[in-house]
Amino acid sequence: MNFQNLFKIAIKALGNNKMRCFLTMLGVIIGVGAVIAMLAIGQGSKNSIKEQISEMGSNMIMIMPGAERRGGVRQSSEDMQTLKPADYEAIVNQASGIAYSTPTVSSSGQWVYGNNNYPSQAQGVNTEFLKIRQRNVAEGEMFTENDVKTAAKVCVLGKTLVNNLFPDGSDPIGKVVRFGSIPLTVIGVLDEKGYNTMGQDQDDLALVPYTTVMKRMLAIDYLQGITLSAENEDQTEMLIDEISDILRTSHKLRDGEADNFSIRSMKELAEMISSTSSMMTVLLAAVAGISLLVGGIGIMNIMIVSVTERTREIGLRMSIGATGRDIMTQFLIEAIIISVTGGIIGILLGALATWMIKIFVNWPVQIDPGSVILSFVVCTIIGIIFGFYPAAKASNLDPIEAIRYE
Amino acid sequence: MSKEIIKIENLKRYFKVGEETVKALRGVSFTIYEGEFVTIMGTSGSGKSTLLNTLGCLDTPTSGQYYLDGIPVKGMGKNERARIRNRKIGFIFQNYNLLPKTTALENVELPLLYNSSVSAKERAERAERCLREVGLGERLYHKSNQMSGGQQQRVAIARALVNNPVIILADEATGNLDTRTSFSILTLFQRLHREGKTIIFVTHNPELSLYSSRNITLRDGRIVSDEYNHDIQSAEEVYRNLPVEND
Repeated sequence: MNFQNLFKIAIKALGNNKMRCFLTMLGVIIGVGAVIAMLAIGQGSKNSIKEQISEMGSNMIMIMPGAERRGGVRQSSEDMQTLKPADYEAIVNQASGIAYSTPTVSSSGQWVYGNNNYPSQAQGVNTEFLKIRQRNVAEGEMFTENDVKTAAKVCVLGKTLVNNLFPDGSDPIGKVVRFGSIPLTVIGVLDEKGYNTMGQDQDDLALVPYTTVMKRMLAIDYLQGITLSAENEDQTEMLIDEISDILRTSHKLRDGEADNFSIRSMKELAEMISSTSSMMTVLLAAVAGISLLVGGIGIMNIMIVSVTERTREIGLRMSIGATGRDIMTQFLIEAIIISVTGGIIGILLGALATWMIKIFVNWPVQIDPGSVILSFVVCTIIGIIFGFYPAAKASNLDPIEAIRYE
Repeated sequence: MSKEIIKIENLKRYFKVGEETVKALRGVSFTIYEGEFVTIMGTSGSGKSTLLNTLGCLDTPTSGQYYLDGIPVKGMGKNERARIRNRKIGFIFQNYNLLPKTTALENVELPLLYNSSVSAKERAERAERCLREVGLGERLYHKSNQMSGGQQQRVAIARALVNNPVIILADEATGNLDTRTSFSILTLFQRLHREGKTIIFVTHNPELSLYSSRNITLRDGRIVSDEYNHDIQSAEEVYRNLPVEND
């Protein structure tokens, strides 16, 4: 038994059949390449979602009117009117651990300036919205508490709106634009953020004091939602319970009666999205794994053919002193060389594919070192498992018959 | 008398084929001493292949004793027999059985690859020396499929010599060759014999007994004659007198 010599013998034998060897490898190469690329895409999208959510603030809490929507049942308009400005006041005054908070209302409509117009929304918020969403005003300034109190006719526009309403590049600050029929003075422009992973344009946004939207645009006395951020991410759950109690009290809900509002935290959303993305990754990896399995079966197939074809050679090796174990080891090494070499090429190919996806399709990708190690280990195991049967078959040959095999 | 290389006593080998028992060897006994060149003759079915397999430690006898170089082979396990084949026996086959697409040198090195006590350097040196011995010093790196039948058989002979075996077992070693090449190979065997090698040459060609030192004839699993040849003919002479075919 000399492993080094057997390794040499195996390399030599594979070298005698380069084309076949490569074709067999191809199954493993494609399988491993696919696994690597799929996991990189999955991991990349998961990371970017996580990153984006934490950018938005993983300590963000959203309160919406009406019970949680389930099964696509539409709720009555009355249900959607349960959040009042008084609820907002109650939460801000009573709950502890709130860093920033804003009521939210929005109205869709046409923004008009001169002969340019752009369909979008007017987001009714208060001054703390910027802190919660971690946005800044790039030019001009944000509206003030006083503007909110007086329902001032002012707005802060996102870059997309500015580009569409002022295509000639003129300074929008101080200009009066119209939203529907209401004239609003532009007092600020938001910083540019671009698209998020879900493909939303984060600059397609116009902020207006929420009182302006409620009184002057929609003429409503209820809020469409409340967004707030907890001082500490760990406190979000406690805060949710606290808010829930406050709202139940102010809505006079009896025990056993269902909430007529719903509270979501960004953390919860993040978990939901990342679990969906994990499931996708698992599915993609499973499909890729199947192709790896097919590659393994390819190895077994070609090794069986090879054993039959090389029966005489095996007989000769045995008659000049190779033991059954030597023969078995040789064929196992051959199978492992095919699968591991295929695995290494597959890893490189997968990395290349990942890189190309990043360059040409611009998807967020990340190769997980764990997936590389895993593919490598899986390849070795596949080599052993699928090489074992042919190798055992070879080692069990009777040298007397094998040497005279035609 | 010199050293006993092979000693078999009342060797029997029966095969079960379905319900019937085929008696391939029905009690064979002989002793082969160091330096003998023995031809074993017999028609097909005489049991010579079975005898060769047994002598080559590829097969185990049903009953009887077999000592190779003083070691009892009967009762040895598969792996032990593989080891003894590797260290003590050199095989030469009718169809050469060289590895395809492999150089002469690598083919000759093969038995030593299964012997971990031989280093890579020693392996190459011994293989080269054996190839020179059989007259292929100029063809070390020729691949097996680029050589003629006679050259291939020389490579096979070098391969059989490389492990310094106590016995060389040749199975119809000239069976696939034309007359002229056969005699050149036979000349090589005679030279090896003169150099002191012990050779068993199994064949169905009775003519070859003229060139060996001893001839054992088998029929139906029994020895019918076992004679020493006191008038060994020179294969080289025959070879030189053969016309070179030029057509």
